[in-house]
Amino acid sequence: MPEPMKPARWLADYGMILVLVLLCAFFSAVTYSEQSPTGEAAARQVVEAVLKAVPKGARVLVVASDQPGDAVFAARVERDLTAAGARVLATVTGEPRNAREALQKIQSAGGSMDAIAATRVAGGWRLITDLASDFSSLGSPRVITPASYRWPNFLKSENLLNIANQIAVIAIVAIGMTLVIITGGIDLSVGSLIALSAVLAAGFIRDQAGGMSASTGGMVLGCLLAIVVCGAVGGFSGLMITRFAIPPFIVTLAMMLVGSGLAYILAQGQSIYQIPDSFVWLGRGADLFGLPNAVVLLLVLYALAQVLMSRMKLGRYLYAVGGNAEAARLSGVPVRRVLLFAYVASGLLAGLGGVIMASQLKSGSPTYGNMYELYVIAAVVVGGTSLSGGEGRMLGTLTGAFTIAVIQNGMNLTNVESYTQKVVLGLVILGAVLLDKLRQAR
Amino acid sequence: MSLPSPSVLPLSSTNPTNPPLLSLTGIVKSFPGVRALRGVDLRLDAGEVLAVLGENGAGKSTLMKIIGGAHSADAGTLAIEGQEQRFQSPQESRAAGVAVIYQEFNLVPALTAVENIFLGQEVTTGGFVARRREREQVAALFRRMGVEVDLDEPCRRLSTAQQQLVEIAKALIHKARILVMDEPTAALTSHEVEKLFALMRELRRQGMGILYISHRLEEVFTIADRVTILRDGGNVSDCPIHAITRDQMIERMVGRPLDQEFPSRSAKRGGPRLEVSGLRRGKAVQGVSFQVHRGEILALTGLVGAGRTETVRLVFGADPRDAGEIRLDGQVLDIRSPRDAIEAGMGLLTEDRKLQGLVLRHPVRENFSLPNLRRWCRRGFVQRRRERSELDRYIAALRIRLSDPEERVGNLSGGNQQKVVLAKWLARDCEVLIFDEPTRGIDVGAKYEIYLLMNELVAAGKSILMISSELPEVLGMADRILVLHEGRITGEITDVAHATQQQILQLAHA
Repeated sequence: MPEPMKPARWLADYGMILVLVLLCAFFSAVTYSEQSPTGEAAARQVVEAVLKAVPKGARVLVVASDQPGDAVFAARVERDLTAAGARVLATVTGEPRNAREALQKIQSAGGSMDAIAATRVAGGWRLITDLASDFSSLGSPRVITPASYRWPNFLKSENLLNIANQIAVIAIVAIGMTLVIITGGIDLSVGSLIALSAVLAAGFIRDQAGGMSASTGGMVLGCLLAIVVCGAVGGFSGLMITRFAIPPFIVTLAMMLVGSGLAYILAQGQSIYQIPDSFVWLGRGADLFGLPNAVVLLLVLYALAQVLMSRMKLGRYLYAVGGNAEAARLSGVPVRRVLLFAYVASGLLAGLGGVIMASQLKSGSPTYGNMYELYVIAAVVVGGTSLSGGEGRMLGTLTGAFTIAVIQNGMNLTNVESYTQKVVLGLVILGAVLLDKLRQAR
Repeated sequence: MSLPSPSVLPLSSTNPTNPPLLSLTGIVKSFPGVRALRGVDLRLDAGEVLAVLGENGAGKSTLMKIIGGAHSADAGTLAIEGQEQRFQSPQESRAAGVAVIYQEFNLVPALTAVENIFLGQEVTTGGFVARRREREQVAALFRRMGVEVDLDEPCRRLSTAQQQLVEIAKALIHKARILVMDEPTAALTSHEVEKLFALMRELRRQGMGILYISHRLEEVFTIADRVTILRDGGNVSDCPIHAITRDQMIERMVGRPLDQEFPSRSAKRGGPRLEVSGLRRGKAVQGVSFQVHRGEILALTGLVGAGRTETVRLVFGADPRDAGEIRLDGQVLDIRSPRDAIEAGMGLLTEDRKLQGLVLRHPVRENFSLPNLRRWCRRGFVQRRRERSELDRYIAALRIRLSDPEERVGNLSGGNQQKVVLAKWLARDCEVLIFDEPTRGIDVGAKYEIYLLMNELVAAGKSILMISSELPEVLGMADRILVLHEGRITGEITDVAHATQQQILQLAHA
């Protein structure tokens, strides 16, 4: 039954989204600057302009520098102009020297030229702007470059994807942390489990699956093994907490040390990088609408977690256990099993985070995930989940993770020093929780 | 609405040169969405016990917090001995000679009685706490009060009654002249209540003014000199205790005449349903056996600490039992957890609904569904339409007053909270219901509704095991009474109609 959501309640649940939007607006404003299109987009624009400026069958020179995307630009322009009936005299990619050679060749062949299609950088070369003085016999070709426009660096699609990629590990691990914190617990071991998982996966691929020539099956097996081991560590924490009533803080603090130590032992203190190039598929690949695979995975996991928490019995039980464990027990909730689930899930997701990180960096090292537990907890708390348990929203955590990522990215774009970034981030976390408290006090 | 006109005494003291110890005039206090107090007057003289009565939500607690400085009034004046006061904090109120003893005590559990009593006002010499002098003062005070409290035990080890005495001692050490007590007898045994009253009478003789809030009307007649009755945030009555009857009190509190306190019922008692034999756990429960029949309310009574709650917790699987067999309809049940008991068809309304019965911060809907989710679930997904329709049905049937099922259950009044707990078990269609202090902290009107519900349940053939410390309730509601003492059953009363409170008390003291 659809229930109309009251605005106040919506704001209470997802007020952080507003903060996130404001942050994005702020960083967009301060990084608003001149942009020039590159690659395919630039090529399309230039071809259109050339065809409009000169008659059909015109003679055109294509010039591009050696920046990323320029080769694509040159090839595309040449192809499209030829297809439209223009005659491409030469296509140059490289330095002004290369362009001079091409021009000399055209001049010595005695031809004239109607237009030069150039990238923004190439169009600015002395050689091209002073063409009339050096190569007067070529006539006065029109130099056509892509038009520039103004757009925030922050809002460029590469940058946005970059943010999502950077936060993917923290955001995925934060799902498990949210479950645990909603039950009134905490899991300090996730940072170490990220390292353990990365080392396990990379180590398995190096030693058992054939190293650089490992098969896809071997890599998948290595990753699954790493994730399952981390889930087992989470399960062990859960058992200690439920069977012996040791506070979660203590148990997971111990497992944090154990996990980190094991990662160093297994990796012998080294980084493990003897893994095939195809291993980066998960961390760096982008198969679906240009979205990075890690980001797709992140979105799928959040959708599942959101459904679990809002629609499923287990979700209700998690909230009830965190809200009042005794009342839940006396109402027939299997409190121990519910708690166990939370810690196993947190371990599994930390393991997955480690695998993604290993894939992003194409290696496994015991130094991964250092201090990540704190960033993960920060994401959960900024997302409005109360450390006292019983309350919290999955989408809040996602917002929290993105808030942290946006602040970090925005400060990078505006050249804020990394030490200053830490100070700002710390204050932002405090501010977010303070805001939440004030809202509740109303 | 026609009411017997209450006799309101003039508020000014009879002797103008001697202003009342405490007087409140026209106190108004609003909270977002609620007008808690709409112009309340109150007068307390030195050397008297004033009972403040009213249903839950009538404004007693708010009034008390204003006197204690925890809230400040929106309008109206508060004067102590004619001096107008504007308390901005509990500290200011305390400094003016007011001591408030809330139902939840303000004691640090890990500190001893002496440390608690002097907390924040330590006796010091050169920066060091003069522990011996503190101890001597407290010991002397307890001797004067005629009570014994271990001075070296941390307060969490003291009994509720002793903790209360520590609170009173704190008030006396701080030279309080006005003592405000909220439901001081709620958690005491009748013997402890007697002792408390003796102490209160002594304090009254010494000229202290005592403001006493209680739901137990019997006690009001034993201890109070005067009664002020509040309803919906306003005064409805203020008269000497001898000028009012018990029924008049109830009528004025509820705002309508009450025919009777306990509804009559006509349930037929059937065969035995729940049979418990040889139940044991440590010293608390030492071999308890009993049967509850179909269509019967069996009351389990006795002093606090007699093992009543402990017994039902064993039956429900909330604590592990050392020995004992539990049968339902002749079948032996292997109950190891509340989950097993619920599966078998039992429900438990806990003694403390805030700590054990409800998740206070969660919505009414989620609290209601908690024991029922397993049945309202398909492949792990909650069937929300079904959940919602069941909830609506019970909100209507039990007349639960709330603005929105998504409201936090902690925001409801005590009576409505109890109805939510009741609803969650009724929706489970439990065969055996265990009610531990079902009407604790609930006002008269809601009590009556709970009684009616209990009657309907037994009329439908269910069995109810009820624990209550309120003897009138036990006598008014039970078909049969079992009395416990030190973990054993010391007596059974089958002829409840002719039983007396005296009879129960004798069995309870064994």
